[in-house]
Amino acid sequence: MNIPYTVESRPDTGLHNCKLGIWLFLASEVMLFGALFSTYIILRTGAIEWPHGELNVWLGMANTFILIGSSVTMVMAWASLKLNQFDKHKWYLIGTFALAGIFLVNKYFEYADHFTRGEGPWHSTFLAIYFTMTGLHGLHILGGMVVMAYFIGPGKKMWTTKPDQFANRIEATGLYWHFVDLVWIFLFPVLYLL
Amino acid sequence: MHADPAEVKQTIRRYMMVGAALFAGTVITVAANQVHLAIPLAITVALIIASVKGSMVAGVFMHLSHEKKWIYGALLVTVAFFIVLMFVPLLTVSDTIGRPEHVAAPGHAAPAEHR
Repeated sequence: MNIPYTVESRPDTGLHNCKLGIWLFLASEVMLFGALFSTYIILRTGAIEWPHGELNVWLGMANTFILIGSSVTMVMAWASLKLNQFDKHKWYLIGTFALAGIFLVNKYFEYADHFTRGEGPWHSTFLAIYFTMTGLHGLHILGGMVVMAYFIGPGKKMWTTKPDQFANRIEATGLYWHFVDLVWIFLFPVLYLL
Repeated sequence: MHADPAEVKQTIRRYMMVGAALFAGTVITVAANQVHLAIPLAITVALIIASVKGSMVAGVFMHLSHEKKWIYGALLVTVAFFIVLMFVPLLTVSDTIGRPEHVAAPGHAAPAEHR
């Protein structure tokens, strides 16, 4: 049985399933991270004092550059498919995957530095919300890497049989990835600078 | 694949420009932080820059600047609930139970509703 509207748009919405599905998922993600940002506001406004300079701003800035760079390579991976340049697409996707990996390695060193000083989530309210928000964000990075690894590896076969559907899947992956970047754009100033 | 190569190439130029603007925005955010502004002003500046950067990612990379109305509809509902979520902390301000004004002073009775 063929699932309808995987490539062609539904006449009523003008969208294919993949796109509507990923946007509804992202809407739920907005609420998930929104709840944590709301929690941050409660904790911060209720705190007598709030620590400054606990985190390495330069490492956070480097990670922001890395994620922005990965967003550019991700959108280029999709645009390359639109130009029928699969080889370019593959390298852009590998680039995005590599940048995501570098982000996580940086995060590992950041976390390790805190833990060696005995500063885990139990240490303070600030570190509790820091580890919760960046930990959840890191899990999203990991999830994105799993999806990208699939499309770099076994999933790429679809390009030869159903190129339009493959491009739609890459577009959905890109939308998810840009959302993860978007969350970091707010996490960086909120946790590292303010 | 059905896409006009000239149109896609023009879009790629836009992606590159937005990417450069996002890098610049990050540098400006950190530079503003090094100036050591007063905390309310620092929060305002950082969040304005983050919002501009976020709008660029959503508008250009996520193609929200030219999306179908069903996507806008779904996001409008999300934004409405997100705003409610952001205002939930205000409820903690209006909750005065346990605050000094509700703790009875020696020799005085507590307010009737808390007896």
